[in-house]
Amino acid sequence: MIKSLRSKLSGNNFLLFVTIVLFFVLYISGMVIFQDKGFGKPQVFLNLFISNAGLIIAAVGMTIVLITAGIDISIGSVIAMTCMLLAWMMEKKGMDAWISIVIVLIVGVVFGLVQGFLVSYLNIQPFIVTLAGLFFARGMTAIISDEMITITNKAFLGIANAKIYIPFISTVTKKGKVIHPYIYPSVILAIAVLIIAFVILKYTKFGRSIYAVGGNEQSALLMGLNVRRIKLKVYALNGFLAALAGFAFALNSCGGFVEQARGFEMDAIASAVIGGTLLTGGVGNVIGSLFGVMIKGTIESIITFQGTLSSWWTKIAIAALLCIFIILQSIFASLKRKSK
Amino acid sequence: MKKRLIALLMCFSLVMAAGCGAAGTDSKDSESSQSAQSSTAANDSDSNKLITIGFSQVGAESDWRVANTASVKSALSEKNGFKLIFADAQQKQENQIKAVRDFISQDVDVIAIAPVTETGWETVLGEAKDAGIPVIICDRMIKVSDDSLFSCWVGSDFQKEGVNAAEWLANYIKEKGKTDTQNVVVLQGTIGSSAEIGRTKGFGETIKKYDNFKILAQQTGEFTQAKGQEVMESFLKQYNDIDVVVAQNDNMAFGAIDALKAAGKVPGKDVTIVSFDAVKAAFKSMIAGDMNVSVECNPLHGPRVAELAKKLMNDEKVEKIQYVDEKVYPAETAEKELPNRQY
Repeated sequence: MIKSLRSKLSGNNFLLFVTIVLFFVLYISGMVIFQDKGFGKPQVFLNLFISNAGLIIAAVGMTIVLITAGIDISIGSVIAMTCMLLAWMMEKKGMDAWISIVIVLIVGVVFGLVQGFLVSYLNIQPFIVTLAGLFFARGMTAIISDEMITITNKAFLGIANAKIYIPFISTVTKKGKVIHPYIYPSVILAIAVLIIAFVILKYTKFGRSIYAVGGNEQSALLMGLNVRRIKLKVYALNGFLAALAGFAFALNSCGGFVEQARGFEMDAIASAVIGGTLLTGGVGNVIGSLFGVMIKGTIESIITFQGTLSSWWTKIAIAALLCIFIILQSIFASLKRKSK
Repeated sequence: MKKRLIALLMCFSLVMAAGCGAAGTDSKDSESSQSAQSSTAANDSDSNKLITIGFSQVGAESDWRVANTASVKSALSEKNGFKLIFADAQQKQENQIKAVRDFISQDVDVIAIAPVTETGWETVLGEAKDAGIPVIICDRMIKVSDDSLFSCWVGSDFQKEGVNAAEWLANYIKEKGKTDTQNVVVLQGTIGSSAEIGRTKGFGETIKKYDNFKILAQQTGEFTQAKGQEVMESFLKQYNDIDVVVAQNDNMAFGAIDALKAAGKVPGKDVTIVSFDAVKAAFKSMIAGDMNVSVECNPLHGPRVAELAKKLMNDEKVEKIQYVDEKVYPAETAEKELPNRQY
């Protein structure tokens, strides 16, 4: 029986399986424990997406970078810079919302290209390159404005506040108000990014070469892949996704300030690792990272619903999960070596 | 070997699943014991009347904030007719927005927020409004285009604190019988913070009315002791006839006192020290004779929030702006007042 299960759930799929099961275990236990408080409402589930739309996009980008055995710790700062730049262009320069959005996305790509160039063509450790990126982007954020800028642009707030109601389901509040569950455009953006990234990774040549580069750079070279170019593209893509995450983030926070999204890159890395991505490269799945994000969100919700526990327990729970998943991964790695 | 490893893994995952299950039942137990508690409490009062209130706090970054949290927790207790759901935002706005969404999903009766930032509230407060949940804002004000997104605001009147400080100072100097021009230096807080803006404006405008005061210089000490000391040292180099130091919080005042002592001056006697916040350590400093006065910035918002929440539940109309009571504590009151200070 073990054997048949093993063939079905070999290696990395098993890790993904564990992640998904863990999410459902957590969520269902939340529903059971906080039944009377309304944890089972569809809106609670949708809130996981609403509150974490930016993180989902960032985690997708991070997963792709991690698959190439790289890392990008600059994204939290890039998100802050994006929010600030968006707010500054629209509020201080009176620019059009859509033009501002396009500009920040271009800035993100350029930022990623520079980092990618340093990593792939000058062979500098990605950690150091993106550490410099982290400081640079955070510094630039403060240079643009060290005071908070509130976004009041009508078009932008229009997107931010556009509730998309889900028909046919509704809940009634204590005061007798009927409320349909809803999402915001940022959720659709996040899901679209997730699906596109999934398709690219699984079904395109570029996607498969990303795995090849991360799995073994030497053999990828021998296979005739242009490793440097692929890495450059990956970092540029991640820069783009970081800026897009920043846009989603700005939709949620409606303003730019220096301290925004501090430590966000670590949340993205944690989500990817819980989702089964190996830091050694070659293995990873954006669906897993989505569940990584949702597990974090569920733990946060459970702690808020509980009401008396300190919210810092979220961090401890994530730490415990990371530990478990890293141990699982290393067991799998040794298993692989044995079977070779 | 392979088989054994797989078996090991399966065991591991089983243990993990069991662990999760156990954790689940644990919290369930504590939950049920909690509800048991509340039902015993319910015998005294009516349990259905408990007002569920979600409070989203900034974090625990200062003594002031810790006192603020303690006040909220004690005022919104079950004994007083509340069921408090408390969320610490760890100084992150995104955590706060998430917490407020969770409050809305839980269908709480009232939401109270001590906001991390002034902005970014339109969307989530719109959701609260749609759900018909009244919102009380504490401490910092928020900027929203539509004022109906929140019911009321509870906090300090920083400008009034500045006015009080200036009036106390003018009176104090008059009583001392000094008629020569008093040279004043001001250690400002973080520029742009509402405390800095209000205190600078209130103090500056009021002190202008008295002709025997002259503000020599104003500079930011960023609300920290180290920076306060540094700025005071540079003031002392530039001016040799400083009579009054106004520090916009106690920490900067402590720094200034150290700088004055190092320069051979006697703070409290040669130089009058006026400070804000009135934390416990300031009272100790006043008893030691270093500080002359501290104007209170009252963090005890809890009772006012409780009162407002009850009014809102009864559909009573409440004033939009609610200032907490704040006093001026000169050095001579310090000894008597110190035991009463909670923060």
